This record gives sequence, structure tokens and C-alpha cells, in this order.
Amino acid sequence: MNGLLILPIALPLLTATLALIFRNYSSIQRWIGVAGMVAILMSVAALFRDVYVDGIQVLQLGNWEAPFGITLVGDMLSMLMLGISAIMGLIIAVYSIYDIDKEREQFGYYPLLHILLMGVNGSFLTGDIFNMYVWFEVLLVASFILLALGNSKNQLQGALKYVIINLFSSLIFLFGVAMLYSITGSLNMADLALRLPEVENVGLVTTVAMIFLIAFGIKAAIFPLFFWLPASYHTPPVAISAIFGGLLTKVGVYALIRTFTLLFTQDVGYTHTILLWIAGFTMVTGVLGAASHYEFRKILSFHIVSQIGYMIMGLAFNTKLGLMGAIFYVLHNILAKSNLFLISGIAQRLTGTFELKQMGGLYKHYPFLAVLFLISAFALAGFPPLSGFWAKLSLVKAGLSIEAYVITAVAILVGLLTLFSMTKIWMSAFWGPVPEKGVPDHFGKMPLFGPGNLYIMVLPVMAIAGLIILIGLVAQPLLEVCLIAAEQLLNPSVYIEAVLGAQ
Amino acid sequence: MEALLPVIAGSIFAAGVYLLLKKGLITTIIGIMLISNSVNLALFSLGRVTRENPPLVANGELIPATPFANPLPQALILTAIVIGFGLLAFVLALAYRSYKELGTVDQDTLLKDPEDTSKAIVNVTNDNRGKINR
Repeated sequence: MNGLLILPIALPLLTATLALIFRNYSSIQRWIGVAGMVAILMSVAALFRDVYVDGIQVLQLGNWEAPFGITLVGDMLSMLMLGISAIMGLIIAVYSIYDIDKEREQFGYYPLLHILLMGVNGSFLTGDIFNMYVWFEVLLVASFILLALGNSKNQLQGALKYVIINLFSSLIFLFGVAMLYSITGSLNMADLALRLPEVENVGLVTTVAMIFLIAFGIKAAIFPLFFWLPASYHTPPVAISAIFGGLLTKVGVYALIRTFTLLFTQDVGYTHTILLWIAGFTMVTGVLGAASHYEFRKILSFHIVSQIGYMIMGLAFNTKLGLMGAIFYVLHNILAKSNLFLISGIAQRLTGTFELKQMGGLYKHYPFLAVLFLISAFALAGFPPLSGFWAKLSLVKAGLSIEAYVITAVAILVGLLTLFSMTKIWMSAFWGPVPEKGVPDHFGKMPLFGPGNLYIMVLPVMAIAGLIILIGLVAQPLLEVCLIAAEQLLNPSVYIEAVLGAQ
Repeated sequence: MEALLPVIAGSIFAAGVYLLLKKGLITTIIGIMLISNSVNLALFSLGRVTRENPPLVANGELIPATPFANPLPQALILTAIVIGFGLLAFVLALAYRSYKELGTVDQDTLLKDPEDTSKAIVNVTNDNRGKINR
């Protein structure tokens, strides 16, 4: 029992409540927002130490013995995901100080941001499948409102698509939970992992696995189910786009990794082959979609889809190296992707548009911003010595070691195409000439640091870029931690024993 | 009863999918609502329908009188219903707002790709904190 496990869920709730009390005082809200994120980060750091030293941590809520009550479980994968979500939360909270306008602040931007984080953290920590459904709903409701907050026409259009498809996927998820309960009579994931292998009708379990694949697949935006993402993620303010693009799809990926390593391992030949095909198609369609668009955030949205393919690929390999690569890829991708979104926000502030064709001259007037973009873009494409290189390297190595040559070749090719899209942004927005009309007066005059307070947006971007370089240069510790996480995933008996006690 | 429930749930689900695929926004929402109800029904029947004693502990006893019915599926459904209800309220409000802003409930025109997304967000103003573009 480790009481700290409740903190990543309780702290955002507390912060949201406090922020709600001060909803009419923007400056107090902002500080509460940032302070709350720092507190979450500290609690996760303390938890991480416990998990690293003592192994999987468990908290039985209300002191109800598992499998009867709800269990919170912190294994290495949960810790890594919690850590990255706390870091992103802090970054976004700082960025929002400048990016989010007063009206949105007064209509509850900060409380919603924290509720969103509470839902995300809850889904990472819970050890109960129905409870996971509830946390998904918590984060969904918060994300619905964040997406629609402000009521601009584009946002409403995006929100409608997003809301309806996500409601549908939640219902499928709920139906899958009902099927699982009907087959095994349990909802605790560790208990399910014990009981599912004993089910004689393997076909039925595989059917349930496919139901879960569709439910989580819609949330993670995998191949045939991703159309809602590029249609909605570019509509809200950049800070919201960034946290959605960075974190929300990854919650779906986390759920896929968790269920397909812990629960659905009966018919790996069938389920994981499907995952592998999905991974390939997701990578290719995403990157091709990005190649055909000329709006900064739309390109990035399609790249989210493409990158999800890599993570699913690592999961589909179902080897230690593959899972390690997938987890590392998730962490790296959240950083690189969110950073690109944040940079697009700064570029829009300066040039007044997200359309690449109407942008230009950023390199000439803002060389430092160009460097920050290059770091994130090259990390996304997988250049050494940045974080993306190690992520791609471990996935490629995992692919070669089990002789999955075709998918590995696809992965490398998609990496090249990613570079193509990034070059497209670079060529027009940074190297392109300053457009003749439609450029705001402050373009080229407003410095990144100095009057205008633009530095509030630039500092978070610098922090992430620094992290990307740091991970790239000193990848070994993080890779080792990811390896521990992968080992725990491939050996579910440790998880089961931590939750249910020695069998 | 146990044979009838899945048939009902399936029919409602089918009706929901049919409505979901229609053009009007309101029919789509009703479709989602129907699917939500059918899933709740499925949850109910998948949890096994039994006619036993209510799972209440009598005064002075430690466990309810056996055999007692399983209360868990109903607790799950109750949670699901409450969540579904809240979401439905939100979607209806969103639909109303969209109708007000965009002037239509026909999804073909309603969900057409926004032409210029850059205008949704404001430029830098004096104090750098702009108003929302309505």
C-alpha cells in the first residue's frame, strides 16, 4: 500500500477547485494553475522513486481487498506516462498564461485543464477496467469543453465531430467491459489476467479483444478510425491543441499497451498480426495526409496519426525490445509533437496566420525560433543526436531482430516522408520570403524576448527543446527505465502478484 | 427474459446506428442516445438476470440471505446512465450552440471543413490578450 498513488489524481482536483473559487481573478488562477502542476510533478517524482526502488506500488481504495474494490496500480509504464503528463501539464500551464485570453480564463480554462489532467492520470493509474472507463469519461468531458470553449465557428464544427465519434467509442468500450464481466465475473485487471487464460472459448476472448481494439483505436486515432483527429485538433487555441495532440491520443495508446500485454495474450498470432497491419497503414496514411496539406496545425495533426503507427508497431512486435521502443517513442513523441504545436502558436502570433502559403521570413527575423523548430522537427523525423533517433533506432532494431523486414522498411520510409513535411514547413514559413500583404505590423519588430512578453511562450518551448536534446545526448538512463517497464509488461505475474498478493 | 433482453438491446442498437447515419444533427444525437441505452441493457443482461433475494443485509446478520442477486451490474449501469446523461446534456447544448452560430442542423453543411482556421485565433493586441473571435 502506497498512499502517494492518490496524489496525481487528488492534486489536480484540488487545484481545479481552487481555481474555480478564483474564477474572476485571472492572475491568481494562472498562479494556481502553475503551482498545481508543479505539485503534481513533485508527487510523481516521489512515486517514481518508490517504483524504481521497490517495484510495483499498489493502493487499495477504501481498504477493500482486491479484486473487490478499486485498485490503483503504479508500475513503471504508469510512472513514465504520469511523469510525461505532469511535465506537459506544467509546460502548457505556463504557455497558457500568454496564449489563453481572459474570456476563456473566466469560463474555466484552468479548472478544465486540471480536470483533464486528473482524467489522464486516473487512466494511467487505475487497475480496474470499469474504473478506466470512468476516467476516460472524465478526461473526455473536460476535453469536450476545452475544445468548444470560446464558441468560434471552427471550434464548434471541430467539437461536434470530436464529441460524437468519442461518445461512440466510449459506448463500444463500455460494451467491451460488459462482455469481459460476463465472461469472467471480474473487473479488476489483475484478476482478469488470471481468469482470462482459463476461459475455454478463446474465440470469444479474441472477439472482446477486437472490441477493445476498436474502442481504444478510435481514441488513439489508428488507421481506419483516425478521420476525426485532423478535422478537430487544429481548431482550438494552440495551448489546447498542444496538450490534446501530445497527451490524449497517447492515453489511447497506453490503454492498448496495457490491455494487449496484460489481458489479451491468448491468441497473439491473430491479435498482434492485426495490430501490425494497422501500424503499417497508420504510419503511411498519416504521413501522406500530412504531405497534402498546407496549414501548419493540420500537417502536425496528420503527423500525430502517423506517429501513433510507430507505437502500435512496437506493441505488435510483443518483444521486450519492441515494447521498450514503443514506450520510449511515446515519451519522445509527446515532447516533440507538443513542441511543434507550441512553435506553430508563436509563428501564428508573429505572422498572423497558420497557412504556410501566407507565412514567410521567420528565419530572417527570428533565427532563434527557427533553431527551436529545427530541433523539434528533426527529433520528430529521427535525426541523431536527438530523442527521436533513439526511439526509431530501438524500434528498427526490434523489427530486425524478429525479422519483420517489411514493416521495418515502411517505418524507415515514413521517417523520410516525415522529414519531407517538416521541410515543407521550413521552406515556406522560415526560409520563404516575407509575404507582400497581410503581414501584421509587429512582424520583425516584436522581439522574442523583451517588450510584448512573448518570452512567456518561448520559454516553455525552450524547456522542451532542451529536454529533447538532453534525452538525445544521454539516452541510456531513460532507455533503461523503459526496458524495466517493458520487462514488467511482458511478465504480468509481477503485476498480478503486486495487486492480489502471492497466489 | 434472458433470451429476450439481448434481442431488444440489439434492435435498439441497430435503430441507433440507423439514426446515427442520418443527416440531421438531432437524429444523430438521438441515435447516440439509443445506442447508449442499448449498451446499458446489454450490460444488464450480460451481468446475468436472476430472481433471487435482494442483496440487503438484515439486522443482526453479516451476509444477505442466500441465494442473493448480484448487485454489481446494476451499480455499473447506474454509473453508466449517470455519465451518459451528463454527456447527453452537454451534446444537446453543443448542438444548440452550433445551430445558433452556424444556422443549420444539416450535417453536410454543418461539418464542412472550416476554410480559414487562422482567423479563429486573434492576433497580438496591445496587452497581448485578445478577445475571442465570434
